[in-house]
Amino acid sequence: MKVLVAMSGGVDSSVAAALMKDEGHDVIGVTLKLWSGPDGQPPTAGCCTVSDAEDARRVAAELRIPYYVLDYVDDFRDGVVDHFVHDYASGLTPNPCIECNRTVKFDRLLRRLGDFDCEVLVTGHHARSREIDGVWHLLRGVDKAKDQSYVLSMLTQVELSATRFPVGELMKRDVRRIAADMGMRSAHKPESMDICFVGDGDYRGFLEEVAPDVFHPGPLVDTAGNEMGSHDGIVGFTVGQRRGLGVAVGEPRFVVRIDPESATVVLGSRDDLLVSGLELSNVIWTDGVGGTGDLMAQYRAHGDPVAASLAGSTLMFEEPQPAIAPGQTVAFYDGDRVLGGALITSTNL
Amino acid sequence: MIYLDHAATTPMRPEVWEAMAPYASSVFGNSSGVHDVSRQAKNALEEARERVAAMLGARPMEIIFTSGGTESDNLALKGAFWSPRDRSGVVAVATEHEAILETVDFLRRSGSPTVLVDVDDEGFVDSDAVVDATDPNTAVVSVMLVNNETGLIQDVGAVVEAVKRSDSDIYVHTDAVQGFASEDIDVGALNVDMMTITAHKLGGPKGTGLLYVRDGIMLEPVLHGGGQELGRRSGTHDVAGAVGLARAMELAVADRERFRSQIGRIRDDFEKRLGAGIDDVVLNTPRFGRSSHHLNVRIPGIRNETLLMRLDQRGVAASAGSACQSGAATVSHVLEAMGLTPTQARESLRFSFGWTSTMDESIEAADIIVELVEKLR
Repeated sequence: MKVLVAMSGGVDSSVAAALMKDEGHDVIGVTLKLWSGPDGQPPTAGCCTVSDAEDARRVAAELRIPYYVLDYVDDFRDGVVDHFVHDYASGLTPNPCIECNRTVKFDRLLRRLGDFDCEVLVTGHHARSREIDGVWHLLRGVDKAKDQSYVLSMLTQVELSATRFPVGELMKRDVRRIAADMGMRSAHKPESMDICFVGDGDYRGFLEEVAPDVFHPGPLVDTAGNEMGSHDGIVGFTVGQRRGLGVAVGEPRFVVRIDPESATVVLGSRDDLLVSGLELSNVIWTDGVGGTGDLMAQYRAHGDPVAASLAGSTLMFEEPQPAIAPGQTVAFYDGDRVLGGALITSTNL
Repeated sequence: MIYLDHAATTPMRPEVWEAMAPYASSVFGNSSGVHDVSRQAKNALEEARERVAAMLGARPMEIIFTSGGTESDNLALKGAFWSPRDRSGVVAVATEHEAILETVDFLRRSGSPTVLVDVDDEGFVDSDAVVDATDPNTAVVSVMLVNNETGLIQDVGAVVEAVKRSDSDIYVHTDAVQGFASEDIDVGALNVDMMTITAHKLGGPKGTGLLYVRDGIMLEPVLHGGGQELGRRSGTHDVAGAVGLARAMELAVADRERFRSQIGRIRDDFEKRLGAGIDDVVLNTPRFGRSSHHLNVRIPGIRNETLLMRLDQRGVAASAGSACQSGAATVSHVLEAMGLTPTQARESLRFSFGWTSTMDESIEAADIIVELVEKLR
């Protein structure tokens, strides 16, 4: 098969390319240029920097596969960065990496496979996909600590039939061993933890720079509505946040709720953070059929799934869960199998 | 590989490499020295200089050897800005090469009042518009002879005449990098004050070029140091490079007639085949006033990035505008200056022919392009 491997320069996608080549496929490696930075400069931190593209190029040269850099700057800005800014301004806590998967990697890029004369897209995600009796299944990667099926929970049959995840069949330590055996420089490269366009994790600073007008001052109140202080923009806060609140009351205080209309940030105790259920939107079912009923729900990228029950677009937890921010994603599981996922629009506190 | 990217760089002519060989082995001296070893190098360097000057209709001391087109462009503008003369303005055309435009931008940030002159939708600049952009503070005007992206030939002679008539103290510089292979170039006939030429677009080595600077023009050097090139460009001479440049230029001059006729025919035939096979192909290269070896076209609905990848897979090498540091194709500022939208610029590709191009490979390439465009639609 002719396959297109999305290479970030990291060890996972590098090994994914190597594995596909070993299997005898015709591999084409690509790096997506996603972000230019406000002054047109490529990023120097986080994922997808110029030095990452250089790492990917080197791996491609070592593997003797053609390698290209594709310009997705406009799609990324419109589909991911603008959403990011808009979500924060609306009091939500977005996950731009999931948005990037949803709009850029597994939509725009996937739709161009034919243009590149390729049959499937290959990524370095730690997940597994299987075809069983004509239906595509998405499973957690074998290395549970590194499983990334959560960020792929929006994929349906269309995407899964055209994608492969070779690396999810291996433990992470084996991935690094393969990379080291191949003499890949990225074998010991630390994993990228940052959002690729917010290099140093300072998303607040990023917003101050690209969208300063989303900062509107407002009150900090307790759960009874009493004013405790003020803030200079809801975008600096996320549900569950404990630090940087600007108030000290003796016992720990957490952001419990954000109201964008009134620019109010509500602070409460740990108990006030407990959520009994979620209102969802963009509910996706992996098999395209879906349903209701009991399932396991995972609402953090690396967190254990918990028992829950889904009816329509409402998910009720069996036990109340702490600190869930609207804007995040919840993925549904049946054991290791991904059933689907959805966006959290609000939480029933 | 069918190579249609000669505007980016060209294969070295074998005679050039042969001519350069002794300077990597036996004649290795530093041309600035007292002993015979260095004198041999110096003689070779000065002989190359004389040959180059003769070809341009210039005097040997008016030739400064540099590391290539970018350095020459930098020296022409920065040298004029920083010269002892009390003028600081810089004027350039919006479609100039980045080596000019980025230098202009740097000088703007350094305090120069800079002006970029617009072009019409074919890419031609009007001499009067250039004159209008100048004022008594203008130090230098730069207008390239043949555009590297579209192959358009600017009427540099007319621009020089108009500028000099308006203010004879303004230096006029032309980047002749893309033009030397096909156009007759005589600095006296053009009456330019400075001219950039580089070897690697002419079958010569990369890393060598020259700046012609008319006698009497004072430029502050960009590279300070040992004072080579009569103090104007310091740095140990790349004698091999200078010899290679001179040889490449001689061969290019001898080949000019063929470039204009035979290579021109190959390009024209290629153009016809694309037009016949792709109904809605649009020319970005003007129909008249163009070089014999460039062709820039727009194929509606097809991203140049995709087509270039597919062409690469089929063994055809072409390009689009310029690439950014990571390798992704950028939107051509030349096409944007001509009024194309970013989307249209992203549908445009450049094919360029050179001394190795043959009719057979050009026909094959045209067929492949037409086939791929059909597949992509």
